[in-house]
Amino acid sequence: MATDASMAVRAGRGARGIGGFVVVTALTFLGLLAITFFIGRVVPIDPVLSVVGDRATQEQYDAARIAMGLDRPLLVQFFDYVWSVMQGDLGRSISTNRPVADDLLRVFPATLEMATLGIFIGVVLGVPAGVWAATRRGEWVDQLMRVFALLGYSVPAFWLGLVGLAVFYAGLGWVAGPGRLDIFYEGLVPARTNVMLIDAALAGDWDVFRNALSHLLLPASILGFFSLAFIARMTRSFMLDQLGQEFITTARVKGVPEWRVIWVHGFKPIRVPLITVIGLSYAALLEGSVMIETVFSWPGIGNYLTTALLNADMNAVLGSTLVIGSVFILINKVSDVLYRVLDPRSR
Amino acid sequence: MSTRDWLLDDSPATLTQANLGRAWRMFSALMRNPLAVAGLLIILLLLATALFAPWIAPESPVGQNLQRRLLPPSAEHWMGTDELGRDIFSRVVYGSRITLMIVALVAVISAPLGLIIGAVAGYFGGWVDRILMGLTDVFLSLPKLILALAFVAALGPGIENAIIAIAITAWPAYARIARAETLTFRNAEYIQAVRLVGGSHGRIIFRHVLPLCTSSMIVRVTLDMAGIILTAAGLGFLGLGAQPPLPEWGAMISRGRTFILDQWWVATMPGFAIILVSLGFCFLGDGLRDVLDPKQGGEK
Repeated sequence: MATDASMAVRAGRGARGIGGFVVVTALTFLGLLAITFFIGRVVPIDPVLSVVGDRATQEQYDAARIAMGLDRPLLVQFFDYVWSVMQGDLGRSISTNRPVADDLLRVFPATLEMATLGIFIGVVLGVPAGVWAATRRGEWVDQLMRVFALLGYSVPAFWLGLVGLAVFYAGLGWVAGPGRLDIFYEGLVPARTNVMLIDAALAGDWDVFRNALSHLLLPASILGFFSLAFIARMTRSFMLDQLGQEFITTARVKGVPEWRVIWVHGFKPIRVPLITVIGLSYAALLEGSVMIETVFSWPGIGNYLTTALLNADMNAVLGSTLVIGSVFILINKVSDVLYRVLDPRSR
Repeated sequence: MSTRDWLLDDSPATLTQANLGRAWRMFSALMRNPLAVAGLLIILLLLATALFAPWIAPESPVGQNLQRRLLPPSAEHWMGTDELGRDIFSRVVYGSRITLMIVALVAVISAPLGLIIGAVAGYFGGWVDRILMGLTDVFLSLPKLILALAFVAALGPGIENAIIAIAITAWPAYARIARAETLTFRNAEYIQAVRLVGGSHGRIIFRHVLPLCTSSMIVRVTLDMAGIILTAAGLGFLGLGAQPPLPEWGAMISRGRTFILDQWWVATMPGFAIILVSLGFCFLGDGLRDVLDPKQGGEK
């Protein structure tokens, strides 16, 4: 009886947790929309003037203002804005003269490709590095990791990109330069997914694949460096927590081999918090890609955003902000939920 | 009785003595941490450079001389010259003033804003808390750089707008800290006592709650400085922050972008200045956290 009741309470709590999650996420999205709407309002460029031009008469101006719905109360305009965004309408870009939503769908895979390889590099190198630093606490490996992590907070991404280009492309010639492909590989494979590596693999064109990888490697590694710094530091701190526990001492006393103590007994409990950390750094990578894409002329969402900024193309700026913000919120919330589902203590 | 003994006296006679003693203990704890000392030295160097820029820099930061453009680093021009023949070292020296101004203004705007919002939310609770913290959470869950970019796009490029945009994205973290701290002593007896003697809400918040949040706030602001410097440099790099001919480090890197393959020094040199100063704030922040906020220093 008692267990049934407590089970029901727990199930109820779980349901409320999920319901609360949906409500909180929805409110956060609404907040994001309110911010982009507000930014669109405070813009010094008069949207009506940019449509009718300087020479329009007062009547033409007023007519355009009413036609654009700018005479209505702000709240009505806001809900109108929310409604059109929900239908996937982000307005038209004045520089590409296409719907912003279409533009974003076209450029987003390029960003995703770079960020995904970046996080892969960050996890594959960062997690073992963090564990290693934790087992050699205070030794040179640990000190090196500490300096490395602090550099991750202090080096400007765009500067590292430029130096990387100067050293590895111009100096050593190890990788290809800016852009996604060399000019003579352009357009050889049909764009099915807009992820160059997958498209090339699907077409079976391995020359294009190698060239795309060579272009991708440097920007992705630089992005990866920043997530590596963060992931390694967090892994080290989680691992140190575990290694100080009594069950680790018990395992050692029982004669369990050291690699097993570290990678099985020590590592298992930190997998769950690590997922959250990896999720957070993936979201941060999407943000960092704005700078890296500008440096590498990478045709992703970051480059689209900065080009739009310089052209004062507000629809494109707000659309990109909205998409990057939404992905950021979604990744954050999902890693939050994953943590709650996977870690029995937080239930 | 030496000054040191007076400072470390276990039973201070006056409030001033107690405060000075506390400050002295913290300072000596900080001095025992080599990284924190390094950070402090770097920041003192930044301050001195900004203050004495005209005496340190061998040349004017804006004076052009097209006959000696793009010269590599040499004894005469330590960091080489840029595409208009300006001495890069002199520009980096003057640039320290801009960097210092940006971090100082962002801190002065966003820290008090966050403090007051957080303290009000935590002190009053209920609906005030829910609305203010809801707003804070929305800002916290958005990417800072992107938000700053969008705000600058709306306000127009320029260093003042860049500062405002960065401040807008920086306050939520401080509000969270201030609220958490306020909650811990909202119902403390000494607050009740102030209320009983008729202290107003404003007086309680400003005189008795906020001063207790300052130490964790100082730590957080110092740790955030590196991020603020990077964001400001990023805005400058994209052409949205400081405008030419201002010698802002990020904008200087952006100018050097065109020459990166042949004249590497133009873009590289200002970057070292950014890294050095950011590292300085990171080191000092880490050290301050260990001294002022031992409970958060679990990583050591």
